[in-house]
Amino acid sequence: MKPRLRWKTRAFAGIVIVSNAAGNVLLTWGLRHGAGELTASPLSFIGAIFSPWVSLGICLLIAWLISRMFLMSWADLTYVLPVTAFGYVLNALLGLLFLGENVTPARWAGTLLIMAGVVLVGLGNPVHIPGESA
Amino acid sequence: MKAWLLLAMIVAATVTADLLQSHEMKRHGEIHDFRPSGLRRVLATLARKQNLILAVGCMAVSFFAFMALVQVADLSFAVPASAGSLVIETVLARLVLKEHVDWRRWTGAALVACGVWLLAL
Repeated sequence: MKPRLRWKTRAFAGIVIVSNAAGNVLLTWGLRHGAGELTASPLSFIGAIFSPWVSLGICLLIAWLISRMFLMSWADLTYVLPVTAFGYVLNALLGLLFLGENVTPARWAGTLLIMAGVVLVGLGNPVHIPGESA
Repeated sequence: MKAWLLLAMIVAATVTADLLQSHEMKRHGEIHDFRPSGLRRVLATLARKQNLILAVGCMAVSFFAFMALVQVADLSFAVPASAGSLVIETVLARLVLKEHVDWRRWTGAALVACGVWLLAL
């Protein structure tokens, strides 16, 4: 695989991972601090969307959506999914640091397994070319 | 119970959205031009693709269900638990999108799925 495509893939995977984790943390923080309780009414969702932290979180999640779509324009879905799963690790870490959530030994073990999976898939090609081995 | 129902909604919507997105973006081809004018052109083209509109609709369902989920569950549960979709998507990518899934990707997906399960404990 061309080095240019490898670097482009890594850069976009990084953007996808960071924008998703940061977006989720801001969204959760905003929903728990001042966005009000969500009910079955669509108005409660619309009200929550316009609270500052939730809005910022949504902006980052839009960046995540677009960068992920771009990544999928050349990389296989079965490559994108495990590689960007590193975001789950980042989510757990940010949940621990900023939201005061409990990260148990089982969750740390899960984190290590995800990292192993990410490294394994990340070492292969993002796109399968017929006749070329991974 | 409410959390599990929301989780099922998230997984179903995410799987549908990802398959539609991957299919349509592969049809579109690799994006090369990252200048503002190029990005505007690409986004304008993509905004007219029916499969992508449907995918964004599914992602909106998934997003609102996720918003409701993080109010009743920890973020460190909600995010990894919703990744249960990864296994289903890997199988469907092989069957529906006809992707070549080699041993490295199967093993990686299995490791990630086990990791996600541990994170959800």
